[in-house]
Amino acid sequence: MPDPMRIRANMAGDKVEVRVLMAHEMETGLRKDASGKPVPAHFIQNVSVDHDGKTVLSAQWGTSISKNPFLHFRFKGGKPGDKIKITWVDNKGETRSDEATIAAAS
Amino acid sequence: MRSAALFVACAALVAGCTTPPPENDARREAQAAFERSFTHGNKEMFARVVGQDDVQALCSRYRNRPPADVAERIQKSQAATIVYPADGKLMGDWRQGEKIAEDGFGLRFTDTNQPNRPNGGNCYACHQLAPHEVSYGTLGPSLYRFGRTRGSGEAIQRYVYGKVYNSEAFTACSGMPRFGLHQVLTPEQIRHVVALLLDPESPVNK
Amino acid sequence: MRALAATVGAVALVFCASVPAQDKDVTQREIERYRELLAEGNPADLAEAKGEELWKTKRGPKQASLERCDLGLGAGVVKGAYARLPRWFADTDRVQDLESRLVTCMVTLQGFTEDEAKKNPFSAPGRGSPIEDIATYVAGASKGMKFAPPLEHPKELEAFRTGEELFYRRAGPHDFSCATCHGDNGKRIRLQDLPKLTDPKEAQKVFTTWPAYRVSQGSVRTMQHRLYDCYWQMRHPQLDYVSEASIDLQVFMAKYASGGTVEAPGLKR
Repeated sequence: MPDPMRIRANMAGDKVEVRVLMAHEMETGLRKDASGKPVPAHFIQNVSVDHDGKTVLSAQWGTSISKNPFLHFRFKGGKPGDKIKITWVDNKGETRSDEATIAAAS
Repeated sequence: MRSAALFVACAALVAGCTTPPPENDARREAQAAFERSFTHGNKEMFARVVGQDDVQALCSRYRNRPPADVAERIQKSQAATIVYPADGKLMGDWRQGEKIAEDGFGLRFTDTNQPNRPNGGNCYACHQLAPHEVSYGTLGPSLYRFGRTRGSGEAIQRYVYGKVYNSEAFTACSGMPRFGLHQVLTPEQIRHVVALLLDPESPVNK
Repeated sequence: MRALAATVGAVALVFCASVPAQDKDVTQREIERYRELLAEGNPADLAEAKGEELWKTKRGPKQASLERCDLGLGAGVVKGAYARLPRWFADTDRVQDLESRLVTCMVTLQGFTEDEAKKNPFSAPGRGSPIEDIATYVAGASKGMKFAPPLEHPKELEAFRTGEELFYRRAGPHDFSCATCHGDNGKRIRLQDLPKLTDPKEAQKVFTTWPAYRVSQGSVRTMQHRLYDCYWQMRHPQLDYVSEASIDLQVFMAKYASGGTVEAPGLKR
């Protein structure tokens, strides 16, 4: 089971501001280990954020995203107390979902 | 106990502390602690650091600010170590020199896996040199246009060669490694560095 | 690391059409701007969370957690402990830093041998380090607090004096000592600023930013690793983990850093 994400979500004006830190190696497949063997590619390919039954953000990532990705975005339509769910799926089919509650303005 | 108190008092004066710490418990303890703290690593490398030569010991003791008489003795003894190339040719190829200046490889405990690779001089770690390289350090003075203002005559060639070979022949307790004395760089490599600094065609002098 | 320097350098060039003399300001500004961009989303948070979990997990032959570990403020007191390290401990009768104290607790509370506890000090790609994560958690629990390590017990004073000699000890094929790089104000190696560690104004700002997530390493690194890495650069062999010298040097540096604010876990290149 991949490590949990750290999510902070709070109101910023009429929008919800979300900051997510994901734990992932994000190997490009180009790096070689100490013995010279290429380290296999292992990176997040899809990220989706759901709120109130709707997908508010959907992202397709590649190997240019660095290790332990940090995602920061805003969306409209949320209010304090609402839950958001963030899901990532990587190229090996591994996945992680975490929830957070929207806080009042920070 | 009194000498220790004096020592601590002296150490507390950040600048201007020219009274040398006495040969005392602190130095002996530090040496002993040092020897007990590098026990699991590369043995050959340990042999190169467990002792100090006279200059290293003196400069450590005086915190790199030796009194004038000590500084003079150091500079004299270090000047005597400089070996100039037998054929008198002190300038090599500035292109090789630039590579040597950029390269920090050598003598670190991870470098042992490339035994045939020559050491670099890592000059850019401390100095500004050619203008295209903005990633330069400031531990040493800028060498940009060094040759432009000094020409490339025999005297300045001898100075540059000597300085790279053993910087402490000119500045006692200099922070600059004694590249020639310690055989970090070969005589051939030092000639290339001389060219980097003095050749009118070198980017350093453009 | 070289790519990063080149990137910052390339950005600096955009603002610097003419040939630069030693133009500190533009380069400096661009480095600071890069740091600001990185500042949010410190991956050290992940290590902190892992470390907190490990602190509370029953591990080792004794199947015990570290929740009774005494880091100087009493058994189990984590908050504020890092702000008071290194220090002398009565039970071991020696001066200890954070990581050596964690080793002590792993041995006495959890039943690991000393070798087992010290076996995996620094994480690597694909291999985490429990002690690294726990150190991150403990340090983070002092965030925002005033750094005030004690310097009174005879053994603390002795460690300071020894650390000072070690700081100035020149050796090896490059004649390096710690003071070579950290003995003056306003210097940098390549594009990395170097704090003068005997200047409280500078020491107070940098010492307690450790442990920190190091982007170039892709993981959190502690002061133990910083010293190990320094000695690597100084053309010395591998510094033993939680060795006497590593603790003596920290006591020396901590004196000048005293009065600063704990910023750990930090974020660095």
